[in-house]
This record gives sequence, C-alpha cells and structure tokens, in this order.
Amino acid sequence: MADTRTIAVTINGKPHTATIETRMTLVDFLRHELKLTGTHVGCEHGVCGACTVLVNGISARACLMLAVQCDSQQVTTVESLATDGKLNVLQQAFQDNHGLQCGFCTPGMLMTLTEFLRDKPDPTVAEVREALSGNLCRCTGYQGIVDAALDAAKKLREGAR
Amino acid sequence: MKSGAEKLTGFGASVKRKEDPAFLRGEGQFIDDIHLPEMLHAAFVRSPYAHAKVGAIDKTAALALPGVHAVITYADLPEEIRRQTMPLLVPHPAIKQALLPYALAKDETCYAGEPVVCVIADSRYIAEDATQLVEVDYEPLPAVNDCRAVIEDGAPLAHAGAESNIAARFPVKVGDADRAFTGAAHVFREKIYQHRGGPFFMECRGAIAQYDAQSQGYTLHVSSQGSHRLKRCMLDMFELGDHQMRVIAPDVGGGFGPKGSFYPEYINVAVAARLLRRPVKWIEDRRENFLTTHQERDQYWDMEIAVDADAKIIGVRGQLIHETGAYVPWGIVLPWITATTVPGPYVVPHFKLDVISVFTNKIQTTPVRGAGRPEAVTTMERLMDRVARELKLDRAEVRRRNFVQPEQMPYKVGIIFRDGRPVTYDSGDYPASQAAALKTADYDGFAKRQAAARKQGRYLGIGLANAVEATGLGPYESATVRVATSGRIVIYTGATPQGQSHKTTLAQIASDQLGVDFNDITVVTADTATTALGIGSFAARTAVNAGSSVHVAAMEVAAKAKKIAAGMMECVEDDLELADGYVRLKSAPDVKKSLREIAVKSIGMPGFSMAGGLPPGLEHTAHFTPDQAVYSSGTHVAEVEVDIETGEVNIVRYTVAHDCGRVINPMVVEGQVIGGVAHGVGNALYEQLAFDENAQPLSTNFGEYLLPMATDVPHVDLVHLETPSPLNPLGIKGAGEGGTISAIGAILGAVEHALEPFGVHIAEAPISPQRIVALLGEHARGRTK
Amino acid sequence: MKPAPFTYHDPRSLGDATALLAQHENARVLAGGQSLMPMMNFRYAMPDHLIDLNKVDELAYIRIEDNALKIGAMTRQRDIEFSADIGEHCPLLQAALAHVGHRQTRNRGTLGGSLCHQDPSAELVNIAALLGATMHAASTRGERDIPFAEFAVAYMTTALEPDEMLTAVTFPLPQKNCGHAFVEFARRHGDFAIVACSALIGLDAKGHIAEAAIALSGLSHAPVRPAEIEQALLGQKPGADAFKAAAAEAEKLDAGADAYITSSYRQHLARVLTYRALEQAAAQANEMQHG
Repeated sequence: MADTRTIAVTINGKPHTATIETRMTLVDFLRHELKLTGTHVGCEHGVCGACTVLVNGISARACLMLAVQCDSQQVTTVESLATDGKLNVLQQAFQDNHGLQCGFCTPGMLMTLTEFLRDKPDPTVAEVREALSGNLCRCTGYQGIVDAALDAAKKLREGAR
Repeated sequence: MKSGAEKLTGFGASVKRKEDPAFLRGEGQFIDDIHLPEMLHAAFVRSPYAHAKVGAIDKTAALALPGVHAVITYADLPEEIRRQTMPLLVPHPAIKQALLPYALAKDETCYAGEPVVCVIADSRYIAEDATQLVEVDYEPLPAVNDCRAVIEDGAPLAHAGAESNIAARFPVKVGDADRAFTGAAHVFREKIYQHRGGPFFMECRGAIAQYDAQSQGYTLHVSSQGSHRLKRCMLDMFELGDHQMRVIAPDVGGGFGPKGSFYPEYINVAVAARLLRRPVKWIEDRRENFLTTHQERDQYWDMEIAVDADAKIIGVRGQLIHETGAYVPWGIVLPWITATTVPGPYVVPHFKLDVISVFTNKIQTTPVRGAGRPEAVTTMERLMDRVARELKLDRAEVRRRNFVQPEQMPYKVGIIFRDGRPVTYDSGDYPASQAAALKTADYDGFAKRQAAARKQGRYLGIGLANAVEATGLGPYESATVRVATSGRIVIYTGATPQGQSHKTTLAQIASDQLGVDFNDITVVTADTATTALGIGSFAARTAVNAGSSVHVAAMEVAAKAKKIAAGMMECVEDDLELADGYVRLKSAPDVKKSLREIAVKSIGMPGFSMAGGLPPGLEHTAHFTPDQAVYSSGTHVAEVEVDIETGEVNIVRYTVAHDCGRVINPMVVEGQVIGGVAHGVGNALYEQLAFDENAQPLSTNFGEYLLPMATDVPHVDLVHLETPSPLNPLGIKGAGEGGTISAIGAILGAVEHALEPFGVHIAEAPISPQRIVALLGEHARGRTK
Repeated sequence: MKPAPFTYHDPRSLGDATALLAQHENARVLAGGQSLMPMMNFRYAMPDHLIDLNKVDELAYIRIEDNALKIGAMTRQRDIEFSADIGEHCPLLQAALAHVGHRQTRNRGTLGGSLCHQDPSAELVNIAALLGATMHAASTRGERDIPFAEFAVAYMTTALEPDEMLTAVTFPLPQKNCGHAFVEFARRHGDFAIVACSALIGLDAKGHIAEAAIALSGLSHAPVRPAEIEQALLGQKPGADAFKAAAAEAEKLDAGADAYITSSYRQHLARVLTYRALEQAAAQANEMQHG
C-alpha cells in the first residue's frame, strides 16, 4: 500500500492540510494537489530552477523536496507576489524590461530574485548574473532579466513597494 | 487613420506586452497546468536500445498494479493507426526512402527512446511504476552512430531491410562551379564539423486528449507551435471529419522548432482517451525530452572556395553530409535550407553542393532555431576567414569586396529555396549592416585592445559573421478581425506563439487601422475551433504572414465600419475616420457612432432583410499569401578572451546589427535577437549531445548537456537597421532566428583570431576548452612551460 | 521522473536514525536531497526506506575546538558559507563553497550529503582531502572515526557500512600563517569541476616554503594528495621555478576519461591548476608574513 502522511503546510500565508503519498515532490503537491500551477517543472533534477520556491523564506528547488518535508513549514510561491492582482516592484520591472518571453522560467526567476534582492539590495551586474546562474532561460538571453533585477533593486532602494 | 494618442501604442511602438501580467502572477496556463475532471496520466515504455527487434510483450504485471487502467501496445492500436506510419510533412522527389515510425513500435525500434508501450494510470507516479513492470523482449541489432561512416559499403543499416542508409541526395547548383574553379588564382579547402544540439525549451512537450462519444471526436490540447497542422495530421491518422478534431495550444513554454513537429505520443493519448472514455494527459519529462524531442545534430562539410587575386569569390563547391537521424518527418527541409543559405550576402557566381541526408539510429533531426542556416553561415564565414588569412587581408575587407550591393536588389542568387521559388533577396543593405556593426563594436580600436591585453599575457580575438535569412515563409497565416456586438474586438489567428509576443504585436498592427488602443484588442491564438485554416509559428514567419493578414483584415473591417456608419449618419465614407472606438466625422468629431452600434447594425435584425447590403458581421478574415520569402540580414561581431592554459573562452563584447525590415515593436525584436544570440553561444561553445558507439545517448540531463547560463551569455549591443520589404503591406521581415544564425561563425572566428599567434585553426562547432587545449598543443602549457 | 515508492521515516534523534538504518534493508538516508533526490527522480536510486535526517537537529552545528573545525553532517552549506567563525578560522572552506552549485542548492545541501555522495569532482571532497578531515560515523553498533583518505573507496562509494551514517566531520585548521588557494576549472559557474586544486603554503622566516599541501580532485575516483610534490616544495623559494616543477609532476598523476573529457586534458588541467593554486597560496602566505 502506498505510504501516506497527513501534512499541514502554510502556503503563501494560508494553512493547508492534506493527506499525500510520501514520495510526492513538493512541486507536484503545489501544482497538482493545491492547483497552485504558477510554480513550474522544468527538469526534475534540480538544475533549471523553474520550480524555485521559498521554504521558510529561503530559496529551494521544489523538485528536490518531498511535500512531506514541508509539514509545519512556510512555503512561498510566485502566486504570493502580486497584491490584489497588482504586480509588485520586481514583477513590474520584468514587464518594463522585457524580462520574459514564453514566461515559463519566470516564476523561478522571480523567486530567486525575491530572496537575492532582499539579501543584497544594491547588487552589481556580475552579482545579479551569478544569482541568476541557477535558473535557466532559453528565450531571453538573460539581458532583460538582468536589467529587470537592477531596475527593481533601484526602485526598492528608493522606497517603492 | 490613427489619431495622435494611438501612435504611442500602434506599429513601431515599444509597448509593454499584454502577455506579461498573467505570466508574472503565475497565472499562465501551460499544458501541465490544465486539470480536467477524471483525468488519467500516461507514461511510455521506451526502447533502451538504439536499434532492436521488438518481440513478445508481457503486460500482465503492469495491468495487475492498482491504479493502472490500460497498457497499450502496437497490437492494441485501432486499425487505422496500425495501418499508417506517421506522416511525411513535406514530400520531395529527392527523398529516396521516406522512412517514418508507427505510433508505437511495430517490430523494430530505431532510436533509444522510441515508444513501445503506452501505460495509462491514475497518476504519473503509478504510470511510471507500471512501465517498469512491462516486460519486452528485445533483440539488439547493430546500431549506427556516425553519419559519415554509415554511407560506406558494408556499414550496418539503421533500418533493417532498407536499401541503404541514405534518406535523400540532391545537388544544389549555380553556374558551372567545376569549370570556374579551373584556373582560379586561389582555391582553399575546409572540412568543417558542426553539431547543434537540441531545442531545450524550458517547458517540455505535453498533450491532453479528450474524447466525445457523441460526435466521436476529440479535443486535443498540445504544447505545440501549430495547432492547425497538428489537427491535419490527427485527422489523417484517425481518418476523421473536420468537425471531429479540435486542437488547442495553450501557453507554450518555448518551441524553437521541434514543438512544430508531430509526435507519436499525441496519437497515443487520443487512442487512450477513446478507449477509456476519460481525459488522458501526457507530460514529457526531461529525460524523455533528451531522448525523443527532435534535435539538430551533425553536419560534415567538405568545401572549397575559389577566389581571384583580389579575393573576389569565383565559386564555392563541396559536399554536405547531413544526419537526419532515425526518420525523415520533415523530408529534406533542413538540409535544403542549409544548402540554399550558403551564399548569404556575398556574390557567389558559381556554386555546387552535393547534399546527402543519412539515417542513423538517433532521434530524428528537424529544424531548431535557425533551421540549418547557422551551419551554412558558419561554413561560409569560415571560408571567408580562410581567404583573408591566406591572402593576408583584413577579414572585414574580404567580406566588403564580395557583398551583394543594395542597388542589385532584388537580387537573384540562382538557386531554388524550399518555398519552391528562386532565392531572390527582396531588399537589404549588407555593406551598411557590416559597417554599422563594426562601428558599434569598435572594430578599428580592437588592435589596440588586443596589444594591451597581450602585454598581460591575455589573448583577445575578434570575429565577425554576416548572414542573409529567408523569413516569412508562406503559404499564409489566417487572421479574423471581429467586432462583437458588445463593441469588443478580437483577432483570431492560427499563429501559435511560444514567447514571440503575438498577442501584443498583432494587436498593435490592428490598433492602427481600428483607431483603438492595442490593449482593447484581444488576440486569440492557436485554437482550430476559432479559425478554419492556419499554419503556425516557426521559421520567423508570423510577423510577415499573420501580421499582414491582421493588417488586411483590420483594414477591411475599418472600411466596412465606415460604410455602415456612413449609412447611419447619412454622410459619405470619406468624411469619416476611426478613433477611440468610434467612427466619427473628421470635421465634427462629436458626431460619431460607436463600433458597438455599428457592429449591432452589421449583423441585421431577425425578420428584416439585408438584401443588397454588405455581407453581415463587422468582421473580416484574411489569408495573406506571400509570393516568396523575405530576406532579413545581419552582422554579428564577437570579441573573446581565450585562456590558453585552460582553453576557456569568455565573450567580452558582443555586437549585432540586425535588419528585419520595419519593426512592429522594437523591444520585442531586441528580445528575439538577444535571445537568439544566447542560443548561438550555446551552439558555439557549450551544447553537445554525446552518444556512444552504439548510438546510445549519453547526454540526458542538464548536468551533462550544458545550456548557457546568465554567467555565460554576454551583454549584447544591438543596432537596428530598417530596409523595408517591398513584398508585404507592412514592409516587415522575420526576426525570430537571426540572433542565432550568425553567432556561431562570429564566435569561432574570434576564438581563432585570439589564437592566431599559435596557428590554431578552428573547424568545428561547438569548440570546447578541451579541444582548444588540444589544438594549442605545447602552447597550452602557457606559464607552466 | 517520479520517485519509486518507498516508506518514509523522519527520526528526531541520531539514535532513532541509526536504529531505523539497522532495521531496514535497502534504506537510504536523505540529507539535503540535492544529489539523492535527482537520483530518485531518475529512478537511479530506488530505496525501499527513506530515512530523512532533516529533523535530527543534533546533527547540525559548527564548532571550533582544539584547533579544529567540527561540523555536523546535516549542517547546510549555506550555514558554512555565511558562518563568521568559519570565515575567520577556515576561509578556504568558504572559498571552495563559492563554487558549489547555486544559491538554491547550497540553501538545502549539506556538508554530509556532499561528502557521502562523494562525487570525485565535488569541492567539499577536495577540501576534506587537503585538510585531512576525520569522518565521524555512527551505527547501532557504535561510533567510529574514518580518516578521509580511507573514506572514498571507489567511484562515488564511501567506506560507510550499510547500517552506518556520517554524523560529523572534523577539519584540522590550517596553521595561521598558511596561505591558501582553491582553484578549479568547470565549464560553467556552479558546475562540478573538471579538475580542482587546493593548496596550503606556509613560509619560514627566510621566506622559504616550510609547509605545503596540495589536493587535486576530478582526476580519478577520489582526490589525491601528491605527497612527493608536496615534499619537493619544502625548502624551495616560492616562485615560478618551484611551481613549474610541481605543475609538471602534477600532470603525471593518473587520470580517468569519460564520454566528455579525456585523461590527457584532466592531466593538463592538473598541471595548470597546480601552478595557479601554489602561486595564489604563496602570494597570500607572503602577504601574511609581510603584512
């Protein structure tokens, strides 16, 4: 019989309780059990970064975690970023700087940069590129994403919200 | 005509994309985001061998696993699916053996990963468990890997029972190359190996099939580049009526060519949905993606160039061995595009290429971003660099002497393109393109930079590459512009975006004609239920085809709106204009009728005659059919630093001059070009699909297959040139692939230039640090010598 | 790419963890999951029992004691990366960590996970070899210490018994006056190195080499400490001649080949990186001596 557990996870501030198979990855739990499909699956081996979420505020590959490991933890996904549909500073910077094309890698990029800009509010271009090196994009050549990160950093330093 | 305010958002404006907010909020709807009630999940048993006979299949254990609903083999497929192989998408008389696979292997598998059994279960987890329980008797057969070796006598056959390993062979000719070569001042020979890896879009493929017992028809959601062509393939395979198949592409997470192909999994999910009367989803995982999504791998070139004493080209000739892989779904499209792209922006009076397309036991090759053009351009630019080196001329100067001049437009190259038309460049200014790129790259200042670096023991090089790219291929793309009776405007098109921003750019085009903001126009793409005909988005064709169709359709709708309004307002059409959602009197803007009122009028009233009036509906459908391809062009300049001790290449500066005619949205075009450069960087330096001698794929994850990361791709300086095309109403040309096409040639040239002091010659792509060190020999010991 | 079924265990203490490990056949311990989880998703690893150590809090700590750095096996790589203590006492470890994967993988990845995965190109494996780390293992049968040199027994295989797990690692701290270097060549930022070289150089009062340690990884199944090269450097004046001689010897070390990289390229990199590591370490030592 399948090995199952009941877990209680707080996702984007909202508590969820579910009984799941213990082998289910966190990203499949988010996407297919909770229908939070903003977090994407790109490789399932921890390289592409499309599934990046924050676990207790720290970025992680959701394809390399089991959902059961998030019992009583806080998970933050891309769906948390906008408020009442209004894009936050980073999201808006992505639109303003053409930081996305097909949009598939975008949620992972946003979560990586959410953590990065929180820890490093005034990064250099090289630091931004290094921070992004764990997220693959095949469309943009990264230039728009780098520009968006720098633009968002500037606006956040100036107090934008 | 547009009013002042609309100029900010119509054709030519860098408006922000309509697509973005949903994607940024995580509200995009990609194929795996779709959840249907009662949906089941598919996984495939795939051949572990590159070539094998398939014997008995025992599915007992798999069927016994709780949660498994079906285990489907070739023998279980419906008769019409067993009877037919997958379709040949583009037939051509040069194809000697049109070998194509069945939906599931019948008795032979010809590449590792070929689907043999389809398992349907409650979840993907259980489906994968079940695939491990299916027992298949395989008898391994000799597999062929190297596409040069397989055409030799006695080589094993990629397909048991085939007459040879040659899929197609054809000549491409201009003038009389052999005669021209006799007596040429200089003839140089280059043998070049090129490998382009695969598309590696971030979203893998996937499909969901639903069966409707009442109509005996299907709805198929597919992550695809063209719903309509896919529908046609499905109708042909299942032998159905037009009403029995609806194909919809949801948001598509990158395509780059291979998502435009037709794959066996799509047939299987439809078969399973009919069998089980439940929706069936299959999502390709990344391992399957490495094994089964089409790639664009090996080409071996053996080429000669003849020039006169002034380095002017007399002729180019040689042989191209092109690997088609296990099957030929696209016929000879890929090698044909390659062959016809070779002359590029240069006057090549005599040209002869013997093209051989050969089978191997590897996943088939079909167009990937650039579609054979990058290889052609790399080859030609390697030849140009060779001429410059041998004749001790500046590399830019050699190119300058050979350019087709703007006053020669339209210029007939003398060969036939894949659209069946003679290759005729419609417009372009190639000398200006190169000059602009060199200026922005500070080509003239390079020698100084190089000398300064050498003093510190650092090796800089600069390289350049020019290309002309056939874009905007026909036959057409559909566009319907419709004003609903609510006044809301929608565009339906067969174009199928994967990041190219069609929902923004097509709205921009229509907004100019309809006098509304582009945000007031909704663009609905890639649903065969909304528009009868369509082709899809590939080959940098959508802006030209769909863009022109939208333009024509919107113009017709505007004219019709004026006609109806003139009747309503009792004035003449010439006195009217469209602005802000109204048709109004030019002389008295307050006298106006809204598009909503006009749309209501246009559909008539039940019981009242419309006889003698306009055709009903405030709408128009157009299918712009271009006469021939339109030719974009560009120049890339790469400046690199090579670490001679490790062989590492670092791109320190990168410049692109790009001419895609009139630009709908400069921001979007820049994004397309820069993204294309990144793909070219991968092809030049990183991306290699390794196979062992039995054609077993070795690169099956992102740790071994190296996609360029943010730390590998340079900042790109971009110069826009605009030579409008005379061949479509908007003067536009395609932009989706130009970034990739010239990148490899420019980067290889730069690496070779950096290593000039050591006499290193680069004749392969990708070029790896290991290979650079090998070519450097003792020199690579550098400071440790 | 979904993991095969398993029974999940999440013990809260080391005792519970080792008991589970002793009790179950085909069990694997799960640390940060950055190596094991991909292998499970690919079904290269299909354990029947997965023993998740992430709730065994006693295995996560960083301690400086007796001129040594002791780190619990479940300490996250990010905690090592950001530890002020390690920055002060063993900056070399942080220099190597800068090359390990990416922010997201270091956030979850652990010291013990990396060392038990024992990828021959892994940066932490290299440093463990250079510093001569001691691996502390535990099972229900008791505890034992394994010198790092005996820890890697074959390609990606450790000396741990099936019922045993790594609990902590002790790194002897380099002498205060030693300069250090970690250099590697990888195709992209964050990739496993093709070859990596770390070095420690200490100088005597005359400025001659009094202490030399070199670890080269990526050449074969485990990192090597080329004792003869280290010995030959002692008493030499740091400089191009000494480093060239060392580099030339490094090129002679055995190296393996795979589908992508030849043994001769690995050996070439050993040569180049040895030179660079020595140069960098000596420069730092010199700076420390002369302020």
